[in-house]
Order: sequence, then C-alpha cells, then structure tokens
Amino acid sequence: MKKLLQSPFVSNYGMIFVLLLLCAYFSLATIDQQNPVTPQAARKIVAFIAAQPTVKNVLVVVPRGVEDRRFAEAVRQGIEQGPHKVVGVVVGDPAMTRVEFVRLGAAGTTVDFVVTQYAAAKWDLLLPAGRQKLQQEYPSLGAIDVVKPNSYTWPTFLTPQHLLTVANQTALTGIVAIGMTMVIITAGIDLSVGSLIALSGVVVATLVGRMAGESDPTLVSLILCGMVAVSVCALLGAGSGLLATWFEVPAFIVTLGVMQIARGLAHKVAGGSKPVRVDSEMFHELSAGNAILGIPNPVIVMLLLYLAAHVLMSRTTLGRYLYAVGGNPEAARLSGVPVKVVVVFAYAMCGALAGLGGVLDASLFRTARASGAMGYELQIIAAVVVGGTSLAGGQGKVLGTLIGALILGVISDGMRLTDVAYDTQLIVFGSVIVVAVLVDKLKSRDWRMLRG
Amino acid sequence: MNAGDVATPASDAARSSAPLLRMTNVSKSFPGVHALQGVDLELHRGEVLALLGENGAGKSTLIKILGGAQSPDAGEIMIEGQPQSIANPLDAQRAGIGIIYQEFNLVPHLSARENIFLGQEGGGLRWLPVNAERQRARTLLDRIGVPLDVDARCGALTIAQQQVVEIAKALLTEARIIVMDEPSATLTLQEVDRLFAVIRELKSQGIGVIYISHRLDEIFEIADRVMVMRDGQHIDTRTIAESTREKMIELMVGRTLENEFPKQPAEIGSPRLRVQGLCRGRDVQDVSFEVRSGEIVGLTGLVGAGRTETARLIFGADRLERGTIELDGVPLRLRHPRDAIAAGICLLTEDRKAQGLVLGQTVRENFGLPNLARFSRLGFLNQRAENRSLDGYIKSLQIKVTGPEQRVGTLSGGNQQKVVLAKWLERNADVIIFDEPTRGIDVGAKFEIYLLMNRLAAAGKAILMISSELPEVIGMSDRILVMHEGRITGDVSDVNHTSQEVIMRMAVGSSKAGT
Repeated sequence: MKKLLQSPFVSNYGMIFVLLLLCAYFSLATIDQQNPVTPQAARKIVAFIAAQPTVKNVLVVVPRGVEDRRFAEAVRQGIEQGPHKVVGVVVGDPAMTRVEFVRLGAAGTTVDFVVTQYAAAKWDLLLPAGRQKLQQEYPSLGAIDVVKPNSYTWPTFLTPQHLLTVANQTALTGIVAIGMTMVIITAGIDLSVGSLIALSGVVVATLVGRMAGESDPTLVSLILCGMVAVSVCALLGAGSGLLATWFEVPAFIVTLGVMQIARGLAHKVAGGSKPVRVDSEMFHELSAGNAILGIPNPVIVMLLLYLAAHVLMSRTTLGRYLYAVGGNPEAARLSGVPVKVVVVFAYAMCGALAGLGGVLDASLFRTARASGAMGYELQIIAAVVVGGTSLAGGQGKVLGTLIGALILGVISDGMRLTDVAYDTQLIVFGSVIVVAVLVDKLKSRDWRMLRG
Repeated sequence: MNAGDVATPASDAARSSAPLLRMTNVSKSFPGVHALQGVDLELHRGEVLALLGENGAGKSTLIKILGGAQSPDAGEIMIEGQPQSIANPLDAQRAGIGIIYQEFNLVPHLSARENIFLGQEGGGLRWLPVNAERQRARTLLDRIGVPLDVDARCGALTIAQQQVVEIAKALLTEARIIVMDEPSATLTLQEVDRLFAVIRELKSQGIGVIYISHRLDEIFEIADRVMVMRDGQHIDTRTIAESTREKMIELMVGRTLENEFPKQPAEIGSPRLRVQGLCRGRDVQDVSFEVRSGEIVGLTGLVGAGRTETARLIFGADRLERGTIELDGVPLRLRHPRDAIAAGICLLTEDRKAQGLVLGQTVRENFGLPNLARFSRLGFLNQRAENRSLDGYIKSLQIKVTGPEQRVGTLSGGNQQKVVLAKWLERNADVIIFDEPTRGIDVGAKFEIYLLMNRLAAAGKAILMISSELPEVIGMSDRILVMHEGRITGDVSDVNHTSQEVIMRMAVGSSKAGT
C-alpha cells in the first residue's frame, strides 16, 4: 500500500483517481430515463423503415425543439434515400398534427408509420385509442403504426454529449492553466490572466468587427486578428516577467498591477463596458465547430496544447530549466541557466495562452466584454493547485493541471445537474482547494513523521 | 579525566551514582535504512562527550531522538536513573535537554532577550516583565561568560553571538544536558576558542555536553571522552587520553588511511588562469594571481576575507568593477556564469544546498543542468545519453544513490558533493574552483575528493581550492595564497616548509601590521 502511494505515477497524477471517483458519483446520482433524439437514434429508425418489404408512407411528428427538429430532418432525409415515402413532417403540437392527418386523410393518402419521439408518442392523438378514432374518421389513412427511438435508463452525466459539454466548458480554464502551471513552477504567480482573457476577447472582437465591414472576413484575416490579440497578451505577460526578474519585484504585486492595467486597456478598446459583438459566422465556427470526431474545437485545441506542454516540460532543455529555476534559482544561475530569460518565457507563455483563451471565448459567445472573465485567475490558479503543483515552485506536472481543471469542471457541472444550491457550490469549491493543498503537504512529508 | 571523579551536588545516593544521561539500545529505521541499530550512549555530569562519525553514521538521528524531534523504534532514555518518555521537543526541554542544531532556531527580527524567552513567557495574555527578563538574560549571559547587548536584534549578531543566545536559551530552561551539532563549522578560529571557554564554563557547572564535530583537532582539545559511530552502530567509546588521531579516523572509516592528504605533485605547465587587479567594493581589492596547468593553488584566509567573492568574480556570478581575467592568454568578458562555463571555468560553491544543487530535483536532473547542450538536440533532451553518462560517474565516484531518479535532498553531504563534482566533471572544464570542497563531509569522502583533485591536476587542469582548514590547504596545495580584508596578503610557494602559524599570521593581516 505504501509502495503504491509513493510510486511516481500516484504522487504525480494521483488526482486522476479523485476525478474518476467524482465521475462515478455524478453518474450514479444522475441515473435517469434517457429518451434519445440523437443522429444514431434517427439512423436506427431509418434502418427499421428501410427494412420493410413493401413501400411505406411515413409521417414524422416531433414537438418544437432544436434537437427534435434535427432528429425529424435526419429521419426524413434518411427515409427519402430509400424507396419509402415521407408524406409529411410536423414540428409542433397535437393540434398541428391533427391538421396534418386531416389533410392527408382528405387527400386519400395512406399513413403506414408515424415516426416520433418520447414526448409526442404520449399525445392522445398518437395513442392506440386516438389512432383508432382517426382511422374511423378517415379510413384512407389505414392502420397507423407508431415508431419511436427506444428509451433506456442511463446516467445523464455519462452520455457522450454531456461529457463533451463538460470538456468544452473546462477548455478555457484548462488552456490558460497550462501557462499558469509554468509560472507557478518557476515559483511565481500571475494574477493578470482574467483581465488578459477579457482584453484579448475585446481586441479580437473589435478587429474582426472592423474588418468584417460588408462581407464576412477571410480566414487569413481572422487568423491575423487572433494573432494580434494573443501577441498583445503575450507582451503584457513578458512585461510582468521582466519586472519580476530584472527588478526583483514580487510577482504577486507586479501581476496585480498588470491585472488592473489590462482591465483598463480592455475598457479603452471596447469603448466602455458594453459588449462588443462579432457577427462573423466563420469566427463563431472556431469555437462552436466540431470538425474532428464531433469533438468541440476548443477541446481539441486544449488537448493538443497539453500534449505540447507535456513534451516541453519533460523532454526539453527549457522544461528542465523551468523546474530548476523554481527549485533553486541561485543554483540554476550558477549552473549556467539563463534564469531571467526562462522566467520571462513562462510569463509570456502564460499571457499568450490567456490571449488564446480570450479569442476562443469571444468566438464561442459571438461577443466580448471588457468586464468579462472577472475573477477567473483564481479559478485557474485553483486548477493548477488541485492538479498537484506546489505554490513553492520547482514541482508539479502539467498533465496534473489538466486533471485539476477537469476535476473543477466536473464538480461544477455535476452540482448543477444534481441541483445543488449556489451557496453550497461555493463551499464545496473552497473545500476542494483547501483539501488539495493539504494533500500536497502530506505528500511532501514523510508519513512516519506525521504519526511520530 | 575520569567522569566519575567530577564532583556532583550530593543529593541522594541513587541519583549521584547513575549517569546524567543513559541511552540504551536505541534503534530507528527509515524505509530501506537502519539509521540506528541498538546504540548505547552514556554522559556524565560535567563531561564533554564528543560524538564522531562520518555523515550518515547516525549521529543526527540519535540527537533528534534525544531532542524529541523523532521517535525511536526501540530503546530507553534515562536521566539520572529515571526513565524518560520523550515524544516531542517540549518533553525533551522539560527533561533538561537543550539541543543547539546547526541551523539555529532564532527569530532574526527579535532581540536576543526576546529570543531567549521565546516560548517561556507563560500561557495566556499577560504583561511581559521586560525589565526582569532583561536582568535574567544578562545573568544567563554572565554565567556563560559572554557579555552581549541583550536588546540587539538577533539578525545583527555574529554567528558566534547567536550561538551564545542559543546556549542561554537552553540554560533558561534549566538544561543539564546540552547537545551542540557542529557548532564550530561556521566560526572563525578566535570564535572557536571563545566557544571552548563557554563549554568549559558549562562543564564546571556540572552540565553534560555532547559535542558533534568533524574536526579532530577540536575534539582533542575539548572532549573528555569520544564516542565513534559508523553505519548506525556504536563502534567504540574511549577517553581522549587513550585516543590518537589515526585511531579515530580508522574507527570512523572502518579502515586505515595511510595519509590524510594524499597529495601527488603533477607536472606544472604554463599559466592557464590569470587574473589581474580584480576589484569589487570592499570585498575584493586589487587581487592578482595566476594558476598554472597541473597546479593546485590553495586560497585561504578568515571568513569574510573575500575568498568566495573573488571566486564568484572569476565565475561571472558577480559583476566585476575593475580588472581582467584571462584563460590561456585569452581575455574573458564574463556577464553571467554561463559565459564562464562556456569558456571552461567551473565553480563548486561553498554552500551546496543553497547554491550548488536543486534539492527537490533528482540526481539526474542536477547532473544534467550545466550539461544540457551536450544531452540535447534542438532543445529536445536525450535522457538516455544523460543516464549513460551519469551512470559512469556514479560508478567512478562511488556515489551512493538508489538510482538516477533519487532526489538530491535525501542524499548525505558527501554524496551531494559528489553529485556536484559529477556535474562539473562532465563539463571537462580547464579551470576548476573548489570553494570549501570538504566542509561537512566525512573523512572517507574527503579522501576521495583529494584523490580526484590529484587526477584533475595530472590531467593538466588548473585548480583553485578555497579552504579554511589549514591542514588541508597545506596538505594539498602546490602554492598557497592568503587573503585578508579583500587583499592578497600572502603568497607561499614553498608549501613543504610552512606552518599553520605562518599562514594564520598572514590571514589576520599582521604581516602588514604597522604599514
């Protein structure tokens, strides 16, 4: 047992067990009947219809709703690819459905199948009694069969879609926390990231808005706008790093100052606290799209960045220097490590990633506010700490931070799903951070000493 | 002197016949190590017992158990025949045990008086009897025989004075047993003399002192009996009268060392390092010298003479105000240690823990730090090459580690120094500056470091060895430079016909007295 506790994997990434436990807990707590209207469900129904030996007439009926409409559309397209006929699509309520039946009945069209979903299948009209009545009124409709996707019992939390949503919500924190991990490993801290996210969002939104003019901006110009926003933040971060190393001002104070400066700049650029809207569809697609395997783009970006950061921290000279500088700056300097350059790099990287976070955020919400991401820095620092990085510097793993960010994301989402009150949520969050720091302390000490 | 002869306040017969302190069969193990195996220790009233052993022999663990900082797995502690249960430092204090660790437990911003009384003010919120405290502190310091401004801030006191404050603190709690862990390590020679006077004063008051030191000279001067430990075991306890220096070393190391300083003269060639007119503030004033290939130049002087400061200038660690540094006739411009390292100069710092190593990192990471250019391509590390090279040094330097991934902070002093050596040897530098290379290192490891210096000199390197230990300087150097108050005050080429006295006279500046 002790051997296990002291193994490198557990001491570096032990938090992954906490994450899994949390997922298991929220899965159990959200077991519920699932009524899918997913593309998979639509495909199953299409396959069922297609397997009919004779040509069938199909009516699609769903209530109003974005996903239901998508479902109905998928079913219609699927069926029309085969020999069978879709005689009508209703997206609405029982009354509208009745009108449709009346129209079909009057025209003498047969309806063999009604494809619907969980809620609409319970409408009186579609229950056996209702259908019998319809058939009596309009014999031409024939014997109507109702087909709907199977319902089953499954944790709401554990559906692929929901997990992707959680990952997507974690992406912003997760991306910026990479830079924060580097800064904290050099024994520093960066309080300015929340403001930098807002500044970057406002800058990119304003630029895209200016360039858009009449037509949608091109991809190249969008990339340029994003790069300007990221560079501005990287420069401000580098500035913090310069002040913190060359003039030996405590990082806490320097970045507290930069936090205010960046917030002020954001208001200046945005011309006040009113939101800056971006209408470009292509810009929105950056965050809202899911080009690869249906995984949202921000999640892909986050995972790629973590991979790159992990390689940087564990396999490159620069990574080794970051740890050394945080562990003992004087020993590092006397070993020929360019300490100041390394520290400035960490802050610049942290700023750049905050900038990227701001761009993604503005893209997702099609809008940016100078007052956005307020207090975000604390959440990001919390993710790093929960991930096992020591605030004293020199120790920590970037993948631990990913786990930390996911833990916070899962807790916040899980509590929302299980209807935990906001005040309780805050108390839980605070406790998680405190416990994480305690665990870190315990890890660094000899277990025997504690008992002795 | 026989401990039994010391007069004790005759209270009752049982008390006076029992020794002041008796630790029997004390054992303690850590994961994978038996730190102590059935160790016995006896200390009498008015006696100084020297505790001797290499690093890792178990001295510190034994002392920590006595002080309640660690709990033993087995064993018994008796004070004046009464069994004691010491579970924490407070218990130890109540039992009359005062421990003065190498790192003092003083609050630098508080005055000497406040430090002496810290923790003894009594519970609850109450008015501090400042005048009474001041009076009491003065009495204690008088008892020690060192008058001191009791209202001086501790941070402003010298190390020696801080030590006195620690002793006073122990006396305040009526300590009858005082343990000093390497008390002389950071003291000047005069301060050591004064410390001995204090210890003799404590002895005369019937206090038992356990004195830990690596310096054999001191032990012969101050101790009544000496106890030697090795590998967590009690090896021998004998009176000083029946001990010799050679015997002590043999007991500590477990084998005979023919010669403490195995100096092998190497062929001395052309000058490699030449510095001229180095200046930096008051620390370094117009320092010029050269070190030739194959030569070991000893640089000595009192603490604060500017030796380390000179080394840091040559290494680019501090900004040079004036002067030139040449390597093989090529002038160097050093803005950062990086430049010096690239040119082929390396510095093994005096303070390994603060300046030489990143304690939280592994042996491999520390070893690689100045050598990453060799172990990487386009910034990507080649850990296999790093490990291969490190393995070679672990074997050749006999570094005792569980593996390359062991954290350096968990190694003993000697092995830490070897890791520092390995990382610089890998650089294959031309000029190697050793700053107090054997401080806090046990005899066996010292010997190995001397042998290594010989090898480096034979390979044509130029070696500058800074040291306060005069026997070492005389024993290992080809030439000796002495510094006093930032200047070079002595240059001894005929090392075989000099003495500690001659060098000490130069170090205190008396050769220039009157000018």
